[in-house]
Amino acid sequence: MEMSKPKEALFSKKNRGLLKDPMNVNNPITVQVLGICSALAITVKLKPAIVMSLSVIVVMALANVITSLMRNMIPNRIRIIVQLVVVATLVILVDQVLKAFVYDVSKQLSVFVGLIITNCIIMGRIEAFSLGNSPWKSFLDGIGNGASYGLILIVVSFFRELLGNGTLYDYPVVEKLGLYELGYHNNGMMLLPPMALIVVALIIWWQRSKTPSLIEKD
Amino acid sequence: MKFLQNILDSARPAVTTGKLKPLYPLYNAIETMLFVPNHNANSGAHVRDAIDLKRTMITVIFALIPALIFGMFNAGYQHYKAIGLLNDAIGWLQFFTVDNFIFGAIKVVPMIVVTYIAGLGVEIYFAYINKHAVNEGFLVSGLLIPMTMPVDMPLWMVAISTIFAVLIGKEVFGGTGMNILNPALTARAFAFFAYPSFMSGDKVWINTTTVEGEALVDGFSGATALGQYASTGETTYSAWDAFLGIIPGSIGETSTLLILLGGIYLIATGIGSWKIMLSSLFGAIAISLIFNLVAPNMISPEQQGFLSIPFYFHLVFGSWAFSTVFMATDPVSASHTEKGKWIYGFLIGFLGIMIRVFNPAYPEGMMLAILFMNVMAPLIDHYVVEGNVKKRLKRLIISAK
Repeated sequence: MEMSKPKEALFSKKNRGLLKDPMNVNNPITVQVLGICSALAITVKLKPAIVMSLSVIVVMALANVITSLMRNMIPNRIRIIVQLVVVATLVILVDQVLKAFVYDVSKQLSVFVGLIITNCIIMGRIEAFSLGNSPWKSFLDGIGNGASYGLILIVVSFFRELLGNGTLYDYPVVEKLGLYELGYHNNGMMLLPPMALIVVALIIWWQRSKTPSLIEKD
Repeated sequence: MKFLQNILDSARPAVTTGKLKPLYPLYNAIETMLFVPNHNANSGAHVRDAIDLKRTMITVIFALIPALIFGMFNAGYQHYKAIGLLNDAIGWLQFFTVDNFIFGAIKVVPMIVVTYIAGLGVEIYFAYINKHAVNEGFLVSGLLIPMTMPVDMPLWMVAISTIFAVLIGKEVFGGTGMNILNPALTARAFAFFAYPSFMSGDKVWINTTTVEGEALVDGFSGATALGQYASTGETTYSAWDAFLGIIPGSIGETSTLLILLGGIYLIATGIGSWKIMLSSLFGAIAISLIFNLVAPNMISPEQQGFLSIPFYFHLVFGSWAFSTVFMATDPVSASHTEKGKWIYGFLIGFLGIMIRVFNPAYPEGMMLAILFMNVMAPLIDHYVVEGNVKKRLKRLIISAK
């Protein structure tokens, strides 16, 4: 008989760490550099970025829970296929929901909703975490990683939409401030994909200068 | 001079040991710029040579100045010509007038000042954060950036492009000497993609403002020669005008003659690599001749016209000369191996003319070609060095037998 472990509180320090760590020292985008492609593609405007973030949070949390529930049944050799089936099912569900309720955003996101399936963060977390942890912990891990992915997406798209388009969530901020009359012009470079990389790089730079533990010793 | 020396001497205690210690990099930069520093090497063998980074940079500045002054005259000349104040019968005889120069200077000098303030601001800030001396690297970039801009570029755009170039193009890689891309071209590329309506088209190259806030009628077109080629397949400017530089264009790049003089000066002083310049010339000529061969097969008359122009047109129109002499030869971002320089230069000329002809959206392909080759330069160097290693290994095996 196994020794039953002492029961852990729902939000013990360790579990809170699962939510908090991805926000900073273990951020999927800025530290692990995963999921970059979607961060480039859908951060031109704030609205699609927010919808994308929510979709990824939902898919990630549910996929983590489901694989965690099945973790003792999945044969090791075919685990990637099982994970893909789980993620793909969830992504199709999310895609249908988006098409039904926010059709215009769904059109803007186009193929990138479908490509959540191949988002490295999701596969990475399932492989690295939920296959070896209880459903509750996997759920927290999914929420934490999804949210920190979303956080970066929203910060990047905030700057790209504000500087590139002069709007925020389609609200014409720059026009209302009257900057155009002073000779201000939008920065077209912000709308091009390279600028997303550079903004992410600047975030990484800022984060590392604030968090010495992330700086490699050379 | 004595007076400046006194000011610096009296300020020295404060910045070396006193309260203003954080400002030492700034102090050091000013002092070494004005006077020969009295640093002595105190150990070991050292190379004795009068040339250091400051002399190198100032030589390039000297080479740039004729083209810059000419650019000021040209800005004024094109302006007065466009608004119809010049007598067409005597044409360019009215070129070197005080009016032209003053008009150009009023436009260009603020741009230079803004570039230096923005760029040096970033440099000094980083020198202060990283506690090293301010590098001289920005001296040349600060003059090159305004020379690659159209005359009507708003100053705040120049400043933002400069800050971007120094920050992202240089400082993140470790400052002067570490940059992958040419900082001046990074600034231009940023401005080009960020504010395309100010950097391309046929309205931006000549200032047509008659009174403050009032522009000339919209029908006026001040397209550059390359812009004309891209849209119609022919140009109204003669190659001779373009060689002298009396055509619309970015501030410093129009006069092929003066750029050529600058290039000769750079080669004579050993600052610029003649291999890069010469191979870029070969590259440009090679692709132009290929284009001349295929031109009859083109369907659209514009394409046919653009493809069939003789090679010397490509050398005098647009910024081929300026880019080749001053941008491609940047010793940091260019290829470092001697064999590599031939490949690097050749491909710059080749790709630059190719982009210019094939993509009407980028009438100036030289900028993109040089940035692309900047990125490729380490790869070229790698294979040149590998090739050399292999050759020597072979020799070793033969002699071992």
